[in-house]
Amino acid sequence: MVRGGGARGAPAQGATARSGEGAAEVPAEGATGTRAREPLHRALGLTDEELGMAREALGREPNPTELAMFAAMWSEHCSYKSSKVHLRSLPTEGEAVLVGPGRDAGVVDLGEGLAAVFKMESHSHPSAIEPYQGAATGVGGIVRDVLAMGARPVALLDPLRFGPLSEERNRWLFAGVVAGIGGYGNCIGVPTVGGEVAFAPPHSRNPTVNVMCVGIAPAERVLAPRGVEPGALLLLVGAATGRDGIGGVSVLASRTLEEGAEESRPSVQIGDPFAEKLLIEACLELVEAGLLEGLQDLGGAGLTCAVSETAARLGLGAEVDLDAVPLREPGMEAFEILTSESQERMLAVVRPERLERARAVCARWGLASAVVGRLVEGGAMRVRMGGAVVAEVPARSLAEEAPVYDRPRRPPEGLAELHADDPTFLPWAGDPGEALLAVLSSPNVASKRWVYEQYDSLVQGQTLRGPGGDAAAIRIEGTLRAIVCSVDGKGRFGALDPYLGAAHAVAEAARNVACAGARPLAVTNCLNFGNPERPEVMWQFAEAVRGMGDACRALGTPVTGGNVSFYNESGGSAIWPTPVVGMLGITPDHRLLVGHAFRGAGDLVYLLGETLPELGGSEFAEVVLGKVSGRPPALDLERERALVELLVEAARRDLLASAHDCSDGGLAVALAESAIAGDVGFAVALPEDLPAHVSLFSESASRAVVSVAPGRAGELEDLAAERGVPCALLGETGGPRMAFDGLFELEVAGARQAWEDAIPRLMGG
Amino acid sequence: MGRRPRVGVVTFPGSLDDRDALRAVRLLGGEGVPLWHAERDLRGVDAVILPGGFSYGDYLRTGAIARFAPVMEEVRRFAEAGGPVLGICNGFQILCEAGLLPGALARNASLRFVCRWVHVRVESTATPLTAELLPGEVLEVPVKHGEGRFLAGPEDLARIEGQGLVVFRYCGPGGELGDAWNPNGSAGHIAGVRNEAGNVVGLMPHPEHAVDPDLGPTGGQPLLASLLARALARV
Repeated sequence: MVRGGGARGAPAQGATARSGEGAAEVPAEGATGTRAREPLHRALGLTDEELGMAREALGREPNPTELAMFAAMWSEHCSYKSSKVHLRSLPTEGEAVLVGPGRDAGVVDLGEGLAAVFKMESHSHPSAIEPYQGAATGVGGIVRDVLAMGARPVALLDPLRFGPLSEERNRWLFAGVVAGIGGYGNCIGVPTVGGEVAFAPPHSRNPTVNVMCVGIAPAERVLAPRGVEPGALLLLVGAATGRDGIGGVSVLASRTLEEGAEESRPSVQIGDPFAEKLLIEACLELVEAGLLEGLQDLGGAGLTCAVSETAARLGLGAEVDLDAVPLREPGMEAFEILTSESQERMLAVVRPERLERARAVCARWGLASAVVGRLVEGGAMRVRMGGAVVAEVPARSLAEEAPVYDRPRRPPEGLAELHADDPTFLPWAGDPGEALLAVLSSPNVASKRWVYEQYDSLVQGQTLRGPGGDAAAIRIEGTLRAIVCSVDGKGRFGALDPYLGAAHAVAEAARNVACAGARPLAVTNCLNFGNPERPEVMWQFAEAVRGMGDACRALGTPVTGGNVSFYNESGGSAIWPTPVVGMLGITPDHRLLVGHAFRGAGDLVYLLGETLPELGGSEFAEVVLGKVSGRPPALDLERERALVELLVEAARRDLLASAHDCSDGGLAVALAESAIAGDVGFAVALPEDLPAHVSLFSESASRAVVSVAPGRAGELEDLAAERGVPCALLGETGGPRMAFDGLFELEVAGARQAWEDAIPRLMGG
Repeated sequence: MGRRPRVGVVTFPGSLDDRDALRAVRLLGGEGVPLWHAERDLRGVDAVILPGGFSYGDYLRTGAIARFAPVMEEVRRFAEAGGPVLGICNGFQILCEAGLLPGALARNASLRFVCRWVHVRVESTATPLTAELLPGEVLEVPVKHGEGRFLAGPEDLARIEGQGLVVFRYCGPGGELGDAWNPNGSAGHIAGVRNEAGNVVGLMPHPEHAVDPDLGPTGGQPLLASLLARALARV
């Protein structure tokens, strides 16, 4: 961000020299949006208080290079300074958790000596400005996080949110983000197996682009951070360092997007997936050959982050020689090299005696590698350039001692009015069949084939369940085990009640994994919010974290890590508070996985769980009644847990022909989707205690539609009774029509067409 | 029984489906032999597969740089001596760029990457990949590519059709042809072609991703089984 401005003119000064009173200043042509003579620290995104803390950490005035390092590492994006006090309340420990938050990615035990490494991240800010590259580099970044744990990346999932497709800019963002995810993911040989896509007006101009990556590694590899001794070398592997992405974390990810945001385009990194593919293979070869003491990705805050985190974690310091960093262009300043977010780079820690072999592996894969420093005794990160020390900062102060804020919180005004406007009991005399078609062709519910056909979901040859179902499943090669994943966010629910929105997201993700027949194990998350300096946003955040924590505790799925994305707003208007959950589950035998498609005629259809009059925040209320109001459905976490356990047990006994979670669009959509997927109709009768449209479209939690062969229906009923889960026979499968007794009938083929054509039609084919 | 057929799979920088091809060969009873782009040694294999991926990032044109890899000289020699060579997706593109197969592959008509299960109809059995199948047989296999639209000049296309060099066409489940079944706008719905001798075959669909019943349809099984049987028969 200060490219062309401030620090460029500053002499590379010895770190021991005081730069004098009064911090450096930026000329008018400096960073975006800065006023003339604004102090450098403010232009870099540091407050006056934070400048004081940096002074204290150094015991002197920081020079401009050091300021840039503090600004990057103490940015909201890198330091979690506004979120930390809340995140501490999340449950992070559990039987299956091998590594919790704080590392590059969380790790859970899969059994048989294997571990899953998984994490989710946001790349919303760059994607808002440059959708293709923004989304592409998001994929690259999360893959390197998993790679840094020594795991082979085996799956990607992409939860995405955009404004309505009726607006041209939203279509451009949507098409660009999807193409960017495909363009990068398809070139690195990691299948994109799932995701979700939702549309809502508050996400206009502020798309939410999250990416989750799952990797697999031998458990002992990720468990044992070896004792690293001073003298170990820092080997920078991969792409040369350029001026792209400078200030990515402090400019883009830690501020709101206002008019003229396009000017920050140089802060968006450019991806080279081919280089990433080589980096994956080279790093895995290095790890498997036992040549490394440590491995760290270079993402936000670039070299500064990778070096200071590596050193701080080991309780060591580091010497860095910027003259040794391979550069893409001449004349780069120290702060540029230190904070560049050029993609496709990794930092390896290598013992001197293994250096030659390590570099030979890199060369075999056509990758440059350069020793850019070494770990040393003491805690200082000392940076040299042109023979002089240009920065000397305690590594811990950068990586671990960022400020922590407990920001003021206040519920937004108008919530009570929204809650009072409950759509559930509005008289409605519409045609329920037409309403179902309207809901099925709403872009939130409609088929996402237009999206996922642009992703390679098959490469690596282990995809048991690709996109389009409740959850994705990846076989663990050489075993019968499978990892089952689902990503879920509940935009409308969160807008009406952030606590419930987050709790529902966890519940739905667990239910999705359980519907597929797998046991939910652990959670990663991406918490997408507006500007945390606004008390209303901070209140939403705190509520959401509380809801997520309660749900994760109740369902026994601890949080192993994740990402917070703040400042998702423009013009004072924030996105809906959107905590997105990535749930990872496991089944010991993939042959017992359950699909959501009806399997054939003659199976009995049951509703597990109970439908309550709950249209608040529902798809029906938005699409048909034009209302996003009322309260979200209640969530009884004990009931949810009972349903999840029932579904897992039913799968273990191979009891179910199909299982599908009831969520957006309620029971009617769940039935229709099972029919469409299986190309089998059904005839059901709904209980008459509720108005028909409420029975059809209520989004009550803790429900699933299952089908079962008649011969095993008794066993299902007994099992449900044992577990205290309501289990109501609705009807049976068969025929070409979806028949709701006494209400309406639709051809499966017609419903499929409405559901399949909706997004292609909006996107022009 | 004699020995197992040895099938080499070339890894270029940026190859993605190389492990998958090796796994498929093993699953069908062959020995998968990894080959490295920078080496000139085919390690005595009975057949060669050029796998899918984005060799060298496909930054110039798909397959345009890979054809200059040292291993490709040996592949060319092997092909000229009648050895079975199969190019899948990016491998097909490389074989076209190398002049070992006719035609070229351009950006999909939709301008979007497409990953989808499709049906293909066997048009020619004069190749090791299809020798054990019947003409007109329909197989379910996946495609996943951004640049798979088969093109050739009018004269070339007439020659390709006239000499029966088309090996596969995209079709419906019953073998019927139509634009609805053509995922990328290929001329004549062409999904795969062969050279005149028949020993070199390229196709956009991925038979190696359609061999394991746990994962989905198995339309690739008879193709790769045929390749293995013929590779050995030739020895």
